[in-house]
Amino acid sequence: MLTIQDLSKTYADGTQALAGLTLSLAPGEIVAVVGGSGCGKTTLLRLVAGLDTVTTGLIRLDGATIDGPHPGLGLVFQEPRLLPWLSIAENVGFGLAHRPAAERRTRVARALDRVGLTDHARRWPRELSGGQQQRVAIARAFVADPQVLLLDEPFSALDAVTREDLHRHLLALWAETRPTIVLVTHDVAEAAALADRVVVMRPHPGCIHATIAIDAPRSGDAAGQLRTTGALRALLDQSLATVTRRPAPAL
Amino acid sequence: MSVGTAPPLLVSEARSRRAPRSAPWRRAGWRAGGRLVLGVLIPVALALGWELAIRSGLAQGRLLPPPSRVLGTLLALAQSGDLGLHVQATLLRVALGFASGATAGILVGALTGTLPLGRHLLDPSLQALRAVPSLAWVPLFILWLGILETPKVVLIAVGVFFPVYIGVSGAIASVDRKLVEVGRIFRLSRPALARRILLPAVLPGTVVALRTGLGLGFLFVVAAELMGASEGLGYLLVDGQQFGKPDQILAAILAFAGLGKLADGLLVLATRPLLRWQDVSRGVL
Repeated sequence: MLTIQDLSKTYADGTQALAGLTLSLAPGEIVAVVGGSGCGKTTLLRLVAGLDTVTTGLIRLDGATIDGPHPGLGLVFQEPRLLPWLSIAENVGFGLAHRPAAERRTRVARALDRVGLTDHARRWPRELSGGQQQRVAIARAFVADPQVLLLDEPFSALDAVTREDLHRHLLALWAETRPTIVLVTHDVAEAAALADRVVVMRPHPGCIHATIAIDAPRSGDAAGQLRTTGALRALLDQSLATVTRRPAPAL
Repeated sequence: MSVGTAPPLLVSEARSRRAPRSAPWRRAGWRAGGRLVLGVLIPVALALGWELAIRSGLAQGRLLPPPSRVLGTLLALAQSGDLGLHVQATLLRVALGFASGATAGILVGALTGTLPLGRHLLDPSLQALRAVPSLAWVPLFILWLGILETPKVVLIAVGVFFPVYIGVSGAIASVDRKLVEVGRIFRLSRPALARRILLPAVLPGTVVALRTGLGLGFLFVVAAELMGASEGLGYLLVDGQQFGKPDQILAAILAFAGLGKLADGLLVLATRPLLRWQDVSRGVL
């Protein structure tokens, strides 16, 4: 259980990126965070990941306060950020250095299989396409078996077909261990397709504008089926529009 | 986990995918051969032209001897064993100076690159010292250290130190923050971060710095040997000047060129396995 209580972040230059954000996530839940640029989505993820320090408020994972990178938390960045001097397999196993070699090999092989890159295990990152590299990055995060996986617009640089392909790979990996997922995105369709709950944020300062629970089943989680509901998208679009057009009323 | 495990097979696959189907290897071979011919065309033509000019009596070649005489001198020096002696003396000086200068450059560069305190403390002074032309130290080195081997090696070490120091500290300063964050997310300790992220990331820059340093090592060994030496390729230069033997000077210059190229090639060869992952444009251009 990940709980975020009254979280605020003010940067050294005085910019208030987040103010009074409260959110809690159940184990195995997939929550999408949407909102325009500059609404504090990435700041929120970096705080939860322990890469930046909170100004006020608390982030807790199963009761333990998060104040730095935590073994139960994984993060997939906007770019793949693979280490160019390691092969694909070595990149996927990067977070497993402390595990025995045999275990490392099986876990890496499994993750590579899930993202369909078994044939590329011994290649260098530069030999892969952008979409393939991002699949490696997702496998690298999953293979460390985090309780909570944070994804910072990981599909934003990809074309629509590749993106949908990666959604399937993400769900296939998620179905194995069912970690909590926080997916930051600016793509409403993506949020609708993947999430159980969509959190809409608004800027100045960043806070939650609305939370929309999605009841429609993600048909066949294990098979990695995506959800596409026109009505849902309309609802989300509408909610986002209110954020961008005028200062939203207090919740 | 070790660096460099992709099999060569993959490289050849990548290449054959890019190249056209019709005998790509033969065509690439022709292109490389053609480039080599183009590269040596001018020096060979000039040498042959000069040789012919002297043979036909158009020129005397007293101050600029023909290539045949230069090569003959080089061969004679090699046969008498003198060349080996001089090459050995020069190489020993470069090796000692390069080893100490490069080691100090890497260590101090790593120190100022990773610790802000070290940077603020040392970098301004080192930058000021760098502004002094290294040869300006020569009189002082001679006063302090005499005229034998020590001042020569120290001069070379000083000359090698600065480019290596600048290269290494610069490489560390420009390590991608985004890759460091990957290390932080996986909670690497500081030593593990240094070993698994910083070290491989600064390797390419360090190799370039070492190559620059090695080149300067050969520059400064000449300067040191011109100051006064009884053996070494630089001594051959001075001796040739004093006794009016331009063929000996040119022979020594040829030996320097060969040694410098050889040393650089060995350095590149030794570091290549560490840098195979690099996405370089060399193959494309």
